[in-house]
Amino acid sequence: MNDLATLIPIITIFILAIFVGLEVIAKVPQTLHTPLMSATNAIHGVILVGGLLILGKAEDFGMIALGLAAVVFGTLNVVGGFVVTDRMLEMFKTKKRGGSK
Amino acid sequence: MTLQMIDIGYLFAAMAFIFALKLMNSPLTAKKGNRVAMIGMAVALGVTLFAPSIKPQNFIWIGIGLAIGFVGGYFPAKRVQMTAIPQMVALLNGLGGGAVALVALFEFLEANHLGHTGASVQSVTTVLSAIIGSISFAGSMIAFGKLQEILPGRPIGFKGQQGFNLALVIFIAALSLAMLAFGQTNVALFIALLAASLVLGLTAVMPIGGADMPVVISLLNSFTGCAAGLAGFVLNNNALLIGGGLVGASGFILTLQMCVAMNRSLANVLFSGMGSIVAATGDASKPQKQPKSYSPEDVAILLSNANSVVIVPGYGMAVAQAQHQAKELAGKLMAMGVDVKYAVHPVAGRMPGHMNVLLAEADVPYEQLYELEQINPLFPETDVVLVVGANDVVNPAARYDKTSPIYGMPILDVDKARTVIVSKRSMNPGFAGVENELFLNDNTVMVFGNAKTTIAKISTALDQY
Repeated sequence: MNDLATLIPIITIFILAIFVGLEVIAKVPQTLHTPLMSATNAIHGVILVGGLLILGKAEDFGMIALGLAAVVFGTLNVVGGFVVTDRMLEMFKTKKRGGSK
Repeated sequence: MTLQMIDIGYLFAAMAFIFALKLMNSPLTAKKGNRVAMIGMAVALGVTLFAPSIKPQNFIWIGIGLAIGFVGGYFPAKRVQMTAIPQMVALLNGLGGGAVALVALFEFLEANHLGHTGASVQSVTTVLSAIIGSISFAGSMIAFGKLQEILPGRPIGFKGQQGFNLALVIFIAALSLAMLAFGQTNVALFIALLAASLVLGLTAVMPIGGADMPVVISLLNSFTGCAAGLAGFVLNNNALLIGGGLVGASGFILTLQMCVAMNRSLANVLFSGMGSIVAATGDASKPQKQPKSYSPEDVAILLSNANSVVIVPGYGMAVAQAQHQAKELAGKLMAMGVDVKYAVHPVAGRMPGHMNVLLAEADVPYEQLYELEQINPLFPETDVVLVVGANDVVNPAARYDKTSPIYGMPILDVDKARTVIVSKRSMNPGFAGVENELFLNDNTVMVFGNAKTTIAKISTALDQY
């Protein structure tokens, strides 16, 4: 059901996203490794979009339960991920005010 | 809203994610970066709610799901101690992986129900995202358990574990091929595939020591991203394709950078666990020199006689939450005219930058924090080094012992100071599972016990001088 005409744009997008991902993380100072991991962790919470779409089209109770679990997991990932990252970066700000290189 | 408008929303979100990651390359703009990513996510989720495929009667379920997730995610994330951040990230990453696996399971069941069979790009990516999502879920939960100390931090394994894991990988591959060959009809096969992937996640992470968990979490983070991207193929969704692809790739680069910081290869981190179990049991039979054990009061005398003190924090300080006590002790010493510095090793703790975060939480002034290259030349002139729960990052074997798993890792040369005081719970080896000869040196004294209690006792004893 996936003919080549619809498939090629999808593959193009995915491959280009991977290349951007490889390039965008250049030389990150070590102190930012943890916050950056945490931020990317929050961004893959975008799977919540998938969760919303499946829960939205779910028909019977079993499928709704599956979709609901996916939405809960995804929301936890997104909300928790961003809040934790924000708190971590808050700490770094305090540190930076003390003066650095 | 039309599908085109939703896709424009996704394009905006994708640009926001890329821009956010770019901003996160520098400490000055990192916070802004995180905010930009939040906006991108809000837009992606917002436009999704307008998708024509969502049945109006299901909005109630969506509302319930979002509400539970928000409350369950927001408050713990706000309250979690900074020391517990690594396991929090592991947990959240696992949930993301779990969400991907659930989406894949749903799509499989639906395709099955609709009678879509045969190998297509969708069936291949469904299977792949289910496998990777499950591995990430199970692996992250083990990483969480190890960091939360529900599970022991040391490598856990059994004989032939690597063989078992390899067999499991082959089994999963065979099962996937069988599924694709038969078309998406066999629910039992798919469930078996999910179960096998969960087991693989468990058995692959179990034998890795607690010290390497940051690398593992970072790698699993990349896995979850990858799985989310593959789910984008299944749902034909640009937000998932781009967001997932970005994280899959950037997470992998980050993982490699973390390995470089520890001077190890990724393969070494993932597969060396079994080796250290064998080494640890072998060492136990050797007769050992006994370390010198001091009481907190004796340590207080040592400290009060010093002119310069360097505090080396490590994971032990993080677990015991001793950063406030350490700062109090430092304050008393400074009031007595002692010069106090903190030496922060880049990979001390369980995540790069972990110690900076902790010390910042205790309001330690930034000028007192010294990085590895700055502090190492100063150790020979230092009277007393107080090591609080650090182990592998001060192990002199890293400098010369080619057989040591940590050989080549830059360390803090604390052994060059006149006296080294080590506050540690016990003589157990650190998370790398290697013995530390520093503890047996003539100029080293040990003070055993929980770091928080020990430091508090030293601090109280210091009041007499």
